[in-house]
Amino acid sequence: MTGGGHELPITSNADVVAVRQRVRTLAVDVGLSLVDQTKVVTAASELARNALVYAGGGRASVEIVDNGLRRGLRLSFVDEGPGIPDVEQALTDGWTTGSGLGLGLGGSRRLVDEFELTSAPGKGTTVTVTKWAR
Amino acid sequence: MTAHADASRQRIHDLLTTEEERVLQRWTALAKTSGEELRDIYQALRLAIGEGRDDLTDVRGLLAELSRERARQGHTPSDTARAVYGLKEAVYEAVESDGSADALRGFIWFSRLIDDLGLYTFEVYATARETIILDQAEQLLELSTPVVKLWEGIVAVPLIGTLDSARTQVVMEKLLQTLVETGSEHAVIDITGVPAVDTQVAQHLLKTVFAARLMGAECVISGIRPQIAHTIVTLGIEFGDIVTKASLADALAYALSRSGTEISTPRRTRIAVRTEEV
Repeated sequence: MTGGGHELPITSNADVVAVRQRVRTLAVDVGLSLVDQTKVVTAASELARNALVYAGGGRASVEIVDNGLRRGLRLSFVDEGPGIPDVEQALTDGWTTGSGLGLGLGGSRRLVDEFELTSAPGKGTTVTVTKWAR
Repeated sequence: MTAHADASRQRIHDLLTTEEERVLQRWTALAKTSGEELRDIYQALRLAIGEGRDDLTDVRGLLAELSRERARQGHTPSDTARAVYGLKEAVYEAVESDGSADALRGFIWFSRLIDDLGLYTFEVYATARETIILDQAEQLLELSTPVVKLWEGIVAVPLIGTLDSARTQVVMEKLLQTLVETGSEHAVIDITGVPAVDTQVAQHLLKTVFAARLMGAECVISGIRPQIAHTIVTLGIEFGDIVTKASLADALAYALSRSGTEISTPRRTRIAVRTEEV
């Protein structure tokens, strides 16, 4: 694993933009293609906004990872919100408890290569995603 | 308040009164600023201390004035705070020559008071900056969402940057207003300058299109770059029957044909010259 780890707070819309910009910069550094850059930036935007809207805020960390063969970008979004009672349901397209399109979580999973979600009611949610450079 | 504290406070006040000229002169020299403003502040401060109340409204008002004035002259906020702190040094010299325990104890209290006032000038500076930033953000919001007329009956909104709720609101309002004012039936929303289209942006776009539809206008979304198209499909966003185009030119051509305007490339008139031999 290599450096580039940065913890960013998510407390307002402006922070979501900051997270996005940070992800874009590192995505360029790690050599993701333009399409993959856009995908990972969009996923970051969705997940950061989820933390903001559904948990009232959280933290994001962005790091460059290396598995020996390829380099990639790993993003973690941690919040201490109400948690997700039914993860499968939350990942279903079109399902939302808010006013959005209900595509953010499921869509983000499709935008990245690895997607890991841990959540329990009352314990907050952690989403970790990884995008590998091709 | 203890008798000690009262006595030391009184001592400082006495010193400020008897040594006024000396302290002021020293302070002016230390602060490197005009004596007049400092004199006003000094007198307001002395009055406040003399009356034994903690009401420093007058002093703060004058300091705010000083802070703003100096910021205008290009001084840094540190400079201004340092100028205020100069008073401590000036007063300390008076306290030292007085030498009484009350005066020294009073100086500690006085020093803390000046620290607060110095920080206050910093706060005023920060607040002034904050106001400027807020104003600019508002202006930017206005500036960054122009609605332009492309053709008779066709308007366009070139979107650049992040599309959040506040901006969408402004864009939507402006677009709907322009549709009415120009009597346009076609609108082109160009997102070439939007770096990423996530579900929120998409939702905002959809809402804007539906709002325009309610007013009888058709919207075309243009400027969908390959990576954006890829992302939208992967996210699973459906634009339904909304017409989307890759470039603004395509969108304009589409809107023109829909509105029945025909564009024909003018035929080149050929001129043949024939020379006849006589």
